[in-house]
Amino acid sequence: MSGTYRGAPAFPKAAEASTRDRQLRGNLRHATHTIRAKRARAVAELGDWAQLRAAGAAIKDHTLRHLDHYLEQLEAAVTAAGGQVHWAVDADEANRIVAELVKATGETEVVKVKSMATQEIGLNEALAEQGIRAYETDLAELIVQLGDDRPSHILVPAIHRNRSEIRDIFRSTMGKWGRPAPDDLTDSPAELAEAARLHLREKFLGAKVAVSGANFMVAETGTLVVVESEGNGRMCLTLPETLISVVGIEKVVPTWQDLEVFLQLLPRSSTAERMNPYTSTWTGTTDGDGPQTFHLILLDNGRTDTLADTVGRQALRCIRCSACLNVCPVYERAGGHAYGSPYPGPIGAILTPQLRGTASEVDASLPYASTLCGACYEVCPVAIDIPEVLVHLRERVAEGGPATRHGTKVTIKPARGHAAERAAMRAARWAFEHPRALRAGERLASGTRSVHPARLRLPGPARAWSDTRDLPSAPPEPFRDWWQRTRGARGGDGGRATQ
Amino acid sequence: MRVALFITCVNDALFPDAGRAVVGLLERLGVAVDFPPGQTCCGQMQYNTGYRHQAEPLAVRFASVFAGYDAVVTPSGSCAAMVREVYPRIGERAAAEGRGDALAEQAARVVPKVYELSEFLVDVLGVEDVGAYFPHTVAYHPTCHSLRLLRVGDRPTRLLRAVKGLDLVELPGAEECCGFGGTFSVKNPAVSAAMGSDKVRAAVDSGAEVLCAADNSCLMHIGGTISRQGSGVRVMHLAEILARTEGSAS
Repeated sequence: MSGTYRGAPAFPKAAEASTRDRQLRGNLRHATHTIRAKRARAVAELGDWAQLRAAGAAIKDHTLRHLDHYLEQLEAAVTAAGGQVHWAVDADEANRIVAELVKATGETEVVKVKSMATQEIGLNEALAEQGIRAYETDLAELIVQLGDDRPSHILVPAIHRNRSEIRDIFRSTMGKWGRPAPDDLTDSPAELAEAARLHLREKFLGAKVAVSGANFMVAETGTLVVVESEGNGRMCLTLPETLISVVGIEKVVPTWQDLEVFLQLLPRSSTAERMNPYTSTWTGTTDGDGPQTFHLILLDNGRTDTLADTVGRQALRCIRCSACLNVCPVYERAGGHAYGSPYPGPIGAILTPQLRGTASEVDASLPYASTLCGACYEVCPVAIDIPEVLVHLRERVAEGGPATRHGTKVTIKPARGHAAERAAMRAARWAFEHPRALRAGERLASGTRSVHPARLRLPGPARAWSDTRDLPSAPPEPFRDWWQRTRGARGGDGGRATQ
Repeated sequence: MRVALFITCVNDALFPDAGRAVVGLLERLGVAVDFPPGQTCCGQMQYNTGYRHQAEPLAVRFASVFAGYDAVVTPSGSCAAMVREVYPRIGERAAAEGRGDALAEQAARVVPKVYELSEFLVDVLGVEDVGAYFPHTVAYHPTCHSLRLLRVGDRPTRLLRAVKGLDLVELPGAEECCGFGGTFSVKNPAVSAAMGSDKVRAAVDSGAEVLCAADNSCLMHIGGTISRQGSGVRVMHLAEILARTEGSAS
């Protein structure tokens, strides 16, 4: 993934800073609770939501199982319709292909449709190194780009910004990228939107090359689909002469009938709309209408490795709706930047450590960025059991084990920094296998309770508990002693049952 | 029917009152409950932290200790969920990794017999009014694993509504996690504490004297936060409320 995120701190450290930022917590709480409630209402309108969700998961699973077949079908259909298909094994290859294609047009500027895949590969930064300027045209992506910032949400990348912050960004930096914002710009939504419209309109009309992603690719006809709310995508997909689409290989669906399921699941889960405002579809090129050159870059970048993992592969069902982010109590407090990747929230916590591996500090910390409360699984429109995958990836971090990296089976070593924890877990397991030792330990705690300070400050990692919470006081006797003392005489029954 | 109590390690060592309450309550309802002394811990902490191989022997122990019973009752939604949801998975992985089918088979036998307390009372005993008396204002926090893994639904609140003298009030944002999350509470202490504080604020806003839940590990986190902040709410396990009668002190 992008070098932009290299060296990001571990999740707990970044999240700790976020919890102290009252403005950020207020912005996020308001935004996530609003969209959460709207989603619940939009989903409740459909009597067959459970069946749609099951169908979505089944279609994705079927497609992933036969991914080779559907990708080749897609490639043939796109080629037959006048498009050119390129295969990119990783971010570097994809970036190189896009840069070469843009250079071949002689242009030094491109307009962009909001795209997670190009965030993932760090395309804008890679193009800048080649002297090519990429303009984001989605309003929130524009805010992020002008603010020299990073997206913090999949669907609402500037969710961490409020209106007055956006006005300040527009006033100070819009002029450096094109048409400036008016000097007397206020923070009223209508004025902010108008400033962005005028600024972007010049980009749309001047652009010769556009770069997009896609929400879906229909294998049977070679059709790509982008769903969006602002119309900027439609502009980018129709006005330029050359269109370059970078799409993850898991975005393919077999047929239009399959697409129908996702066009119901996605808008209700993401923006809580019955139907998204703009649905653009294109199939290769059409003479005299729209871009006359179309390139599709099919991006792997860790997806095949993820597909090899029988538990983790369900993450590839994701349709990037963000419902899991909006309902996640950890995301709400930590904010999206803490996840050190363009994919924040619960889905990011299972996707990033699979696409990038668990070697870096932040990637090894992501599977632990959850209380396993299960709210994400409940709202996921394609039924990804995120808690199950989180625990699976925790095992990879804590115990190590088999994984696939770059197409090769490897054995991952346990992550550094887990030695003390591993010893503690083993010790606990030993005590739990020896009830008498356990009982002795409990008695020791109870027997010394009179000398425990009321507000104990624990040493080492346990201080993380005692810094904000009091510990319960040890009881006068553990339960098993009370049982033995009061009912032990009739314990023979239990003895027989358990030998 | 031979009924065993699975006390859980946290209740055994730190919150024995909840276990005593379960025993008292079940005996009052005419159920002779047994406590097999070989029981220890379900292994949830190990499993959920990524140490499946440390959890596996504890699953084996659990399945063997409770094999002879018709029902296993536990005052913890998350430990019940560990057994019911995760043991079959651990058994499957053990078989896949060449350690045989024994655990998978044992798990399949014990899993259907494991009940969280409110499930046992409502589904097995068929009671909602357990004859309790508790003249206080109570808010109920549905812990995540009882809510989303066990799907106990309104069983706990049906039991609470039937308690004489008890005034059940709504907890704002009830279904939001309290932030405990096992080792999450020490691995991500800042977020955990922030979530805990928000839960405590919701409890205070509810106007309840008592915040009730069916899991003492969550209550340890919420109660520890209340104690540190000096908020005027106390936490109680569901069993402790249901065990109270007009004869007992409140």
